[in-house]
Amino acid sequence: MARRASVRRDMNIWRRLDMASRYIWPAALTVFGLLIIGVPLGLPGLAALRPAYVMACVYFWSLYRPSSLPAPVVALTGLLLDLLGMSPLGMWAVLLLLLQGATLLARRRLISFSFLQNWLAFSGLAAVVSLLAWALQSLLDLQALPLLPLGVQIFVAIGVYPLLAWMFIKAHRGAAAVELA
Amino acid sequence: MIRLSVPLRQALSRLTLPVMLVLSLGAVLVGRADQGLADRLRGALDDVLAPAYALVTAPVTALEHGSGVIGQLFSLEAQNQQLRAENAKLLQWQSVAMALEAQNDALKTALNYIPTPTPEFFTAHVVADLGGVYARSVLVSLPPGLAQSGTNLVGAIAMDGRGVAGRVVEAGDRSARVLLITDLNSRIPVALGAHGLPALMAGTNGADPALLYWAPGKPPAEGDVVLTSAEGGAFPPGLPVGVVHYDAQNDPVVLPLADIDGLRLVRLFCYPSNQPVLAPEHETPKTSAKSHRRH
Repeated sequence: MARRASVRRDMNIWRRLDMASRYIWPAALTVFGLLIIGVPLGLPGLAALRPAYVMACVYFWSLYRPSSLPAPVVALTGLLLDLLGMSPLGMWAVLLLLLQGATLLARRRLISFSFLQNWLAFSGLAAVVSLLAWALQSLLDLQALPLLPLGVQIFVAIGVYPLLAWMFIKAHRGAAAVELA
Repeated sequence: MIRLSVPLRQALSRLTLPVMLVLSLGAVLVGRADQGLADRLRGALDDVLAPAYALVTAPVTALEHGSGVIGQLFSLEAQNQQLRAENAKLLQWQSVAMALEAQNDALKTALNYIPTPTPEFFTAHVVADLGGVYARSVLVSLPPGLAQSGTNLVGAIAMDGRGVAGRVVEAGDRSARVLLITDLNSRIPVALGAHGLPALMAGTNGADPALLYWAPGKPPAEGDVVLTSAEGGAFPPGLPVGVVHYDAQNDPVVLPLADIDGLRLVRLFCYPSNQPVLAPEHETPKTSAKSHRRH
């Protein structure tokens, strides 16, 4: 991409820095947001918000800017989520990669969708991934975990997506837009 | 940068996701095989994150006067009145307590009572509310120099001003993770009521832990005080935990005294491991904090 751009415009160090910062914006926001959710504000449902937030990030950026959220970053984010959230090591890495894979496979269709349809698609994917998380963790813990937190997590994921998507769309057209550099 | 042909680069970029997926599955297997690995990684990460979290959390705590939610700012007047009323009541209780203490001392002298060793304790700030959907834990930052003193914090009991909040399951140089009593894997032997009837308090991931395995024919009574029990040797006896309450399904639960959702400051009590066992002798070995938390 950098080489192509250099044909058109002169590349100085500032422009390179600008492009690099725009390029890493989605990944940085994902990791930073994940950490920020840990600040104890006394709000309920923070534990459910963490996976919901990461799922929304992976879905949105895989859909609109897949080059900015490569699979290794997704895997590392998943590991971070596992370490912060005391879930089995690597579980969320697998699930987030599956989510990214599913999103990328359906990308051509999803990208032509309206916002409401996208929301619906994300809700479905988030529900499936959350269900898988519940099943995997129940399997690894060798006990049937309660279903209520699963429901809360799906609910939070569906509820928080429009807000996050609104922020992400702004970023997608502004701070994270590499082509504007 | 290595120059690769376009098809090769495309193939490589297509392969990244499956390769990362396989690596992640490998991480799951490794994590299963070596339970300690995840704990060590988590401890290292917590040590890195704790100072950063402390920096971010400090202004939040300052804003809310170190207690509860920011919304409490709006109910200051009501709280003030409640505190005044409580204070008046407590002053009455103080005289009762002093009389009882004098009586207690007299009785202890008569019995040649050997006092239990007082535990070391540290005050620690809760810097992050970490935990997953199926885990309840908080990250606390430790005072500097604690690691050098050689204190083993794992297994230490965390209490807020009112009651037991949890136990330390992982401790690094700068941070420790406290598994809360509401966590799904938390099992604490307790004594109920004035007679100290034995039961087990099990976290359910909800706000109020459940009570299990009470003595047949002697169900816990509503309003009974719940104290820790030395049964099994994991806890010292007599620490306040909560109050028995029957929920809507008519199952006994414990209403914790500690403000589990709004923890800001906790005291970590390190009880000496050679404390006298006050409970009846048991064949079972002492459970450590590590085995206390099932994976």
